Amino acid sequence: MRQGGRVGLGLVLPLALAIGWEIAIDPGLVSGRLLPPPSRIGATLLDLAASGDLLMHVQATLIRVGLGFLWGAAVGILAGGLVATLPTLRWLLDPSLQALRAVPSLAWVPLFILWFGILETPKVLLIAVGVFFPVYVGVSGAIASVDRKLIEVGRIFRLSRFGLARRILLPAVLPATLVGLRTGLGLGFLFVVAAELMGASEGLGYLLVDGQQFGKPDQIVAAIFDFAAAGKLADLVLMTLTRPLTRWQDTERESL
Amino acid sequence: MTGETLHHAPGPSLQLLTQEIPVLIVDDLSKTYADGTQALAGINLSVHPGEIVALVGGSGCGKTTLLRLIAGLDQASGGCVQVDGETIREPHPDVGVVFQEARLLPWLDVADNVGFGLAGLTGSEHRGRVVGALERIGLAEHADRWPRELSGGQQQRVAIARAFVTIPRVLLLDEPFSALDAFTRRDLHDQLLNLWGEAKPTILLVTHDVGEAVTLADRVVVMRPRPGRLDETIVIGPARPRDPVAAHHENAVRRVMAALDRSLRPAAAHQPLAPEDRATWW
Repeated sequence: MRQGGRVGLGLVLPLALAIGWEIAIDPGLVSGRLLPPPSRIGATLLDLAASGDLLMHVQATLIRVGLGFLWGAAVGILAGGLVATLPTLRWLLDPSLQALRAVPSLAWVPLFILWFGILETPKVLLIAVGVFFPVYVGVSGAIASVDRKLIEVGRIFRLSRFGLARRILLPAVLPATLVGLRTGLGLGFLFVVAAELMGASEGLGYLLVDGQQFGKPDQIVAAIFDFAAAGKLADLVLMTLTRPLTRWQDTERESL
Repeated sequence: MTGETLHHAPGPSLQLLTQEIPVLIVDDLSKTYADGTQALAGINLSVHPGEIVALVGGSGCGKTTLLRLIAGLDQASGGCVQVDGETIREPHPDVGVVFQEARLLPWLDVADNVGFGLAGLTGSEHRGRVVGALERIGLAEHADRWPRELSGGQQQRVAIARAFVTIPRVLLLDEPFSALDAFTRRDLHDQLLNLWGEAKPTILLVTHDVGEAVTLADRVVVMRPRPGRLDETIVIGPARPRDPVAAHHENAVRRVMAALDRSLRPAAAHQPLAPEDRATWW
């Protein structure tokens, strides 16, 4: 009940704005040509959905984000783990990676297009680059800051290297890793737009470009709305899947 | 066993002759850090099965360093440590440790923390041991709580249970009660002796609390600093339970205090006490 009330309160502002805009356009107070009323955006969304186009575009975007996320996260976890556990590798790699991290990822776009053309490869790669860095930083930082005292507990009970990794390191770095993954997923959605703006024949980013070129603001807003929904949903899925892993941390937050 | 047979580690031939073979032997142990600081010099100590020995001394006299060497967590610069005749180079399955902090694993509930070090048992044996230990420390109803939900005293009880549940031959306690208030400490002393009473592991207890040392130990060994060495030994005797207001107890506390006081003075000014209080190592 209490939580329902909070959700309801969060809906007040967007609903009021939507209704206000609808009311202002209806009697002709504003034209609504550049910002269509919610009813027209809703109709556009329904049309797109009915024709099956919406599903196709959402699917295309989600597949790109998904692939880029998987690659970026996998390489990020691997690199973060290796760099944090092998000092030589850290001194060798970390400075370069930190320098690359400082490059705004969009700066790669022209180069990726030159190298890989404008098909799927550069898109997935760009997203993967965006996902990689927060995951890499999260994992390597988490491993570096594992409490030495807990590792000593593992040594006292004579855990093998593998046992130490599985029973102490892994659970200890999990929370920070998940934060990195979550940030990475958010950045994945940021970069899928950039990737699709550089040329695509399907995907939500394509809907944006198409709406701009053909003067269909309702389609642009509909695509933005879909981005919000897809991003929020993906985050929710990630959080739901990983919640059991960090339950020991969440007790306090959940009891509040 | 009495406190009179507590001299330098007997050689192998002598061990065969005595009925009680020391389970823990520290032989001429020294530790010098990389920067040249000598933390421990020529430590000799032998502890018999079931004996409880307290190590007391001012801060920085190497008590914890000594315990870490015995635990196999750090490497000695000279000499050796033997448990059951095996030289310690890394943590040994027969040696349990309780640290100053509980060091529970925050992602495991209380029961899983207690059972963390149990290896090679079937599911039901494992469960049985953990449940038994939890009942003895009075935390059975907290079995599925997270460590963060427990008080400091409860957490330390879990840490003690985690060490006892593997039934070690030697248990090393590094100021395990120092962060707790006096009431909780008294309570935990009783629980410790309770758990100890079952398998009677050998206990080496590092503490800076003289009352605690005299309450728990069969003998109290005083360390002197710079470099850390064993100084005098005060034999308390094996009788338990102890009455903290008994004259014998107060007398023992006074003797340990006096020895501690002497240990902090320069070695030149050192005057040995009566023979029965004198240490045999230096």
